[in-house]
Amino acid sequence: MKVLEMKNIKKSFADNSVLKDISLCVEKGEVVSIIGSSGSGKSTLLRCATFLEEIDSGSISYMGEYAVNSDGGKPVYSKNLKKFKNEFGLVFQNFNLFAHYSVMKNIIDAPLCVQKREKKEVIAQAKELLKKMGLEDKENSYPCQLSGGQQQRVSIVRALAMNPEILFFDEPTSALDPELTGEVLKVIKQLAEEKMTMVIVTHEMEFARQVSDRVIFMDEGIIAEEGTPREVFDNPKSARIKQFLSNYKNDSM
Amino acid sequence: MTIQVMLTELSKSFLVTLEIFFLTILGSMPLGLAVYFFKTSKFKPLKWITDVYISVMRGTPLILQLMVVYYGPNLIFGITPPSNWRFGAVIVAFIINYAAYFAEIYRGGIESIPTGQYEAAYVLGYTKVQTFFKIILPQMVKRVLPAVTNEIITLVKDTSLACIIGTVEMFTKAKQIAVAPHSPGMLTFVAAAVFYYVFNYLVAFIMKRTEKALNYYK
Repeated sequence: MKVLEMKNIKKSFADNSVLKDISLCVEKGEVVSIIGSSGSGKSTLLRCATFLEEIDSGSISYMGEYAVNSDGGKPVYSKNLKKFKNEFGLVFQNFNLFAHYSVMKNIIDAPLCVQKREKKEVIAQAKELLKKMGLEDKENSYPCQLSGGQQQRVSIVRALAMNPEILFFDEPTSALDPELTGEVLKVIKQLAEEKMTMVIVTHEMEFARQVSDRVIFMDEGIIAEEGTPREVFDNPKSARIKQFLSNYKNDSM
Repeated sequence: MTIQVMLTELSKSFLVTLEIFFLTILGSMPLGLAVYFFKTSKFKPLKWITDVYISVMRGTPLILQLMVVYYGPNLIFGITPPSNWRFGAVIVAFIINYAAYFAEIYRGGIESIPTGQYEAAYVLGYTKVQTFFKIILPQMVKRVLPAVTNEIITLVKDTSLACIIGTVEMFTKAKQIAVAPHSPGMLTFVAAAVFYYVFNYLVAFIMKRTEKALNYYK
């Protein structure tokens, strides 16, 4: 089952063509990592998938249904995007927790006010997820009282509480120091083991190698290389990716 | 006139000052939010009109605006306003003047909220109205409190401008008493100053408490 299918996505900002005809398909239970240097279009791709940016041409479908249909290349957005927003969750680089809400309220507010679910059930689910993330004692804290790693784990819980089919991560550890990075990556790894469908934009190469079923290397708005972690990391074909990966060699790899 | 009589008279007229103050707050703070919406409207003519309105309100003296609102209906349209129009004109002039300032204060507060808050709300499926009232507005209130306190304190003192069209609030009364024969004279102004000062002290105190109450998050 294809959870997400993006076809022939093009996106420019003014004269700057950021995505040049990108197609991406994610199967249920699959973990896809997207790597590449800054400005290669990784984040823009996620922002297009989550409707934060409007695409210039192409189509996007979730669970086999068009959210954005292509009318001769011209994108036609569904009138009911809200329905499709239920299919995915997005974890931001800067967490973006609601500063004036407690941890619990951050998690349960959208399921209650957007999805109109039963309060008792949502709270029970939130408590369970918090426990799983080792945050059971933080439900009454406010984001400003938490470390970056804790905030990011709360934002993962907030996304999971919507029961999405697929979870997007936009550089989830780029705002964290190495110690806090570890605790967030551990949580994502755990989700991968539970067969959560995920697309992860990341600069953590070792993590991408361990967690992914498929790795995508983006360069200047195109998918320059794609394959299993073994293929991409151990046998990269193009000179460009070899050069990119060599920057990480001294580090974690 | 004894000091006691003077104080009693001042107290009575202070009620008029309070009335102007509270009615202005009640009217201008919500109106300011509406003005902010007009100013950020996608319907350009509405935005232009609002820009001109804010510019005029901030660019001309309140005392002159009071005159225009009070005498305008008669001088411009030849309408004879109702007998209680004097007080009505004061309230209208104060509300439309202060709403312009509040709108700009709100705008500053709203624009200072990180885009990430909007994006998180959007992805979670909140509607635009939900996003504004649940996520943005509460955080804006906290951010604008210090500026709003300034504005409210200025308003307390500005109520004295109503004297220009003959409204008998405390300042007008103090002036009348001070120049009357056998009055406590200068002491009347001192007493009026104390009234204003104590009331503003109270306003500042309450606002500070409110700021503290909102300090549970950053």
